[in-house]
Amino acid sequence: MNEERRTRLAKAANQVRKGILTEVYSAQSGHPGGSLSIADVMTYLYQEELRVDPANPKWEDRDRLVLSKGHVCPALYAALAQKGFFPWEELTTFRKTGSRLQGHPDLNKVPGVDFTAGSLGQGVSAAAGIALAGKIAGKDYRVYAILGDGELQEGEVWESAMFSAHYKLDNLCYIIDNNGLQIDGNIQDVCSPYPIDKKFEAFGFDVIIIDGHSFDQIEMALDMAKKVTGKPVAIIAKTVKGKGISFMEGKASWHGSAPNEEQYKTAMEDLAKIEEVL
Amino acid sequence: MAEMVKKATRESYGEALAKLAAENDKVIVFDADLAGATKTGTFKKACPERFFDCGIAEANMMVAAAGASTCGFIPFASTFAMFASGRAFEQVRNSIGYPHLNVKIGATHAGVSVGEDGATHQCNEDIALMRTIPGMVIINPADDVEAQAAVQAAAGYEGPVYLRFGRLAAPVFNGPDYRFEMGRGITLREGNDVTIVATGILVYEAVKAAEALAEEGISVRVINIHTIKPIDKELLVTAARETGVLVTAEEHSVIGGLGAAVAEAIGEECPVPVVRIGVQDTFGHSGKGAELLKEFGLCRENIAAEAKRALTLKNK
Repeated sequence: MNEERRTRLAKAANQVRKGILTEVYSAQSGHPGGSLSIADVMTYLYQEELRVDPANPKWEDRDRLVLSKGHVCPALYAALAQKGFFPWEELTTFRKTGSRLQGHPDLNKVPGVDFTAGSLGQGVSAAAGIALAGKIAGKDYRVYAILGDGELQEGEVWESAMFSAHYKLDNLCYIIDNNGLQIDGNIQDVCSPYPIDKKFEAFGFDVIIIDGHSFDQIEMALDMAKKVTGKPVAIIAKTVKGKGISFMEGKASWHGSAPNEEQYKTAMEDLAKIEEVL
Repeated sequence: MAEMVKKATRESYGEALAKLAAENDKVIVFDADLAGATKTGTFKKACPERFFDCGIAEANMMVAAAGASTCGFIPFASTFAMFASGRAFEQVRNSIGYPHLNVKIGATHAGVSVGEDGATHQCNEDIALMRTIPGMVIINPADDVEAQAAVQAAAGYEGPVYLRFGRLAAPVFNGPDYRFEMGRGITLREGNDVTIVATGILVYEAVKAAEALAEEGISVRVINIHTIKPIDKELLVTAARETGVLVTAEEHSVIGGLGAAVAEAIGEECPVPVVRIGVQDTFGHSGKGAELLKEFGLCRENIAAEAKRALTLKNK
């Protein structure tokens, strides 16, 4: 990846992070930590990877993205708005009465949302069903499912993994946001899902481990995933919860709480500083 | 009189699916290692390329079906009623019901007539569970003819449908003129003294009870409610108004099922006594299906007895 593209993506991701902060601050509720950890992957997917058309969100040949960890929809909404699926200004309506931007994504409300998710473990199954449908229909679209690492504690994730490998869904790519934290603390302290790579390998996946904040590595992994045939791929993206906001980074307490006015100001200043050096 | 032909509605389900296989290439079928029992194996034989066994993993099956439905397919997801409505309740609620997706849930082995497998597999709660999900259509067919028509109708309807089938062979009493209309009850017999509202395999028993009561000079109306949700409120309110007392009969708990739905439907407009025949807030146990139906009072004799008792509650 050349420097120009890398910078452009970093700026876009920074914008997505501003969107996340604005959404959660406006709502005074929501999940900033995991939204910020997946922001770089989400930005790359919508800016570079997904074959989607904001003017035709239900295009039947589009690539699909299912946000199985639906609580981090602030990142999805910001990426969709940035891509032109709906106005950026709408982000301030997040979680409010009358808004399309529900607390967890709703496929019937938001253009560009491919599946209603948020009850953990279910989005991956939906993604598998969509991938299977693509195979039956002879379509060449790809399906991405974004999971949390805590979400791996849900048994349905492994039901779905077994199914995806059994039906050789090589059009399906899981992306695990491995930020290491869940509501009650470190994932290995709460109820460890590690080793994540070996588990997915044992279930018949090709596994790629990357730095989820490196656009070069995100690009490399997504390209590699496309070349895999006969089995699904799991990309384990090593990330930092709260990435980009000084006082949120690495803190489980920012999983599901909103910044106050002063914290919001500090957060936006953090992002302004990042932008300055880009 | 010649013995009436008997057939389990799960057999009807399999046959109807196999017919759909030829008619509609959007129909796909998922099962959870029970294709031989749910009879989706009949579809598998007719159309193996559109049949997907998910293994013993009902939660994933329901949501994978939901995902496929967003791509224009009409998935039928099948397992026993216990697992379809119980094990996978939250998947059905959040990933099928809430987004109102075009998934058909083919739930077999409902009720105590499952028999020998016992209480863990005798689901008497599925109608109650499914009724709580907004927009979920619930169909509990009475015989082979109605079951096959219901499967056809479900395939042609856009939205989630819960289809409830039985394991036990039941009399096929509907004829070639039968027409299924989703959400519309069927008055099988006119009468003025009392109305028996039945669903599933108890519809035929209700008709037989009514015939016996007629010999004693009691005029019984019999209504078949195959679609429990949305329920035919108008037909029920009219029956309440005209006969003054209702008896409901279902192979399901009296809590949350047909009896509850009927009481709720008439309660606001024309409250009259409603005597509920069903599983009386208890679990089943192992035994022959036919014997268990009798033991739990899910038979013509008990329906007739309860209808007589209902008459004593009239105009009190």
